[in-house]
Amino acid sequence: MIVLLILLGLLVVIVGWFVGVYNSLVGLRNQVKEAWAQVDVQLKRRFDLIPNLMETVKGYMHHERETLEAVTQARAAISGAGSIPDRIKAESGLSAALGRLFAVSEAYPDLKASQNFLSLQEELTSTENKISFARQFYNQTVMNMNNKVQMFPGNIIAGMFNFQPETYFEVTEEAEREAPKVKFD
Amino acid sequence: MWEQIAANRRKSFMLVVATALLLMVLGYAFGEYFGGRGSGPYGVAVAVVVWLVMTLVSWFQGDQVMLAVSGAHKVKKEDLPVLFNVVEEMTLAAGLPKMPDVYVIDDPAPNAFATGRRPETAAVAVTSGLLRRLNRDELQGVIGHELGHIRNRDIQLMLFAGVLAGAIVILAEVGLRGMWFGGGRSRSRRSGGGDSAGIIAVIAIVLAILAPLLARLIYLAISRKREYLADASAAVFTRYPEGLASALEKIAASPQKLAHATRATAPMYIVNPLAEAGKMMARATATHPPIAERVKVLRGMGGADFRSYQESFHQATGKKGVIPASALKDDGGAGLRPGSAGAGAAGSAAAAGPRASQRTLARQVDDFFYRKGGYKQIPCSCGTVLKIPPDFKSHQAVCPRCGKVHDVA
Repeated sequence: MIVLLILLGLLVVIVGWFVGVYNSLVGLRNQVKEAWAQVDVQLKRRFDLIPNLMETVKGYMHHERETLEAVTQARAAISGAGSIPDRIKAESGLSAALGRLFAVSEAYPDLKASQNFLSLQEELTSTENKISFARQFYNQTVMNMNNKVQMFPGNIIAGMFNFQPETYFEVTEEAEREAPKVKFD
Repeated sequence: MWEQIAANRRKSFMLVVATALLLMVLGYAFGEYFGGRGSGPYGVAVAVVVWLVMTLVSWFQGDQVMLAVSGAHKVKKEDLPVLFNVVEEMTLAAGLPKMPDVYVIDDPAPNAFATGRRPETAAVAVTSGLLRRLNRDELQGVIGHELGHIRNRDIQLMLFAGVLAGAIVILAEVGLRGMWFGGGRSRSRRSGGGDSAGIIAVIAIVLAILAPLLARLIYLAISRKREYLADASAAVFTRYPEGLASALEKIAASPQKLAHATRATAPMYIVNPLAEAGKMMARATATHPPIAERVKVLRGMGGADFRSYQESFHQATGKKGVIPASALKDDGGAGLRPGSAGAGAAGSAAAAGPRASQRTLARQVDDFFYRKGGYKQIPCSCGTVLKIPPDFKSHQAVCPRCGKVHDVA
């Protein structure tokens, strides 16, 4: 009888632990989704701001066709990107193209005096910041998730219910290095 | 961060209980003193009612009380776009469920605080003096610090402490004044009280004097550790500790005193608004750690994670760590990022360098308060914006820069 009770108690403890780990895994996965949603909102916002920016800038920057085209192309590349790694690459390409655009805009005093441009510039740089802060939080959440999924004993339950480690959102080195190219002459 | 959050909950509870006891003792002493012998229990009853009301008010309305007391105006995105953007950026970095409401206080002294019961209903308030002095990176640091308080659930505890300690201070003051003016007379009418009335009178006076001190001690329970932790959080969110460090220096260097700060609201601010330099006692009982030390710790950080803050803190002060173990465990190991001094680069905090962002911030806050004050704004073709006061009599105004005449409708 006592042995039976002990066994029963043990079973309850094991099942309880099982449920606990499973639930925390589900919780973490939802957190990752939520964190990605935040990144996505900001990426979409930037995407939507760009036509507006192009419209404003066009009238001033007559000698920067290449820079402007690079931004338009980088934006178009995002719509074409299917998988998440592709998307991430396209987004960092757009960041770099925008960085160049703002760098050359320094050479156009009329543009810099335009209220419309200034508020768009603030909006876009802030969105750029928001993307990187949301990304920072997303990566942190992904790390928490991946630790749980890959470390013992969480990995047992993760394996049973097919919890996969999530992908980090890392800016490609290339795009970051490319960004500041300001010429003063 | 869960231990920090749990500790804050526990302390909030203890604070509420401690205030209840203190109020009851005060109530008993005042009851005996004013009502004559045997009316102590009535005083206790009154104290319990006062306590109940205070606790309920601080639970449901505390943040609103704090904001009202400090004279804060709520702002919308159109009012102060840069400030609003910075708060939104830090909300994302902190992973808060909802962006806090943003308030501005019209006061030349640079300072800021966060309040609210839960992260979902939190608010941050900054003074116009802060916005006039800081650039975008520095503002980010300050907002990061405040959002750190929100995420670590410090705000609930500070709210209780603020409202309840404020109540004690007020009650004690009312009691003391009552004694000087009304109390003496009522006692001479009931001269039968004799010795025990005298003893109780002494106790009441002692209590009335001690209560504010006790309230101050309660404040110390809200340890300075919280400030360090919020600093560390700001460094982790922004990945740029220099921003907060130089903001703290600018705030410390400002000679102005915050007009609306009281002893009850002081601990909520990023920098103690009532600090008096060079006093030994002030240092020993300060609600905030010395700014020089906070700056030193921030500047000594080798990375942008809690572990680097911990190491730098240990080096700067020789003391052991201030960061709870759970925060260290979940650390991201993130690196620092350059500030906007190297402007133009994609992803740097400000579009147009620190100087320009400071001007923009200052202009936006000035415009906001001009609009609030009923000033009319007329843009002139030369780039100047004329600000017409609401009591302006004439129908025309001359631009001070180019001399063009504008109609004031």
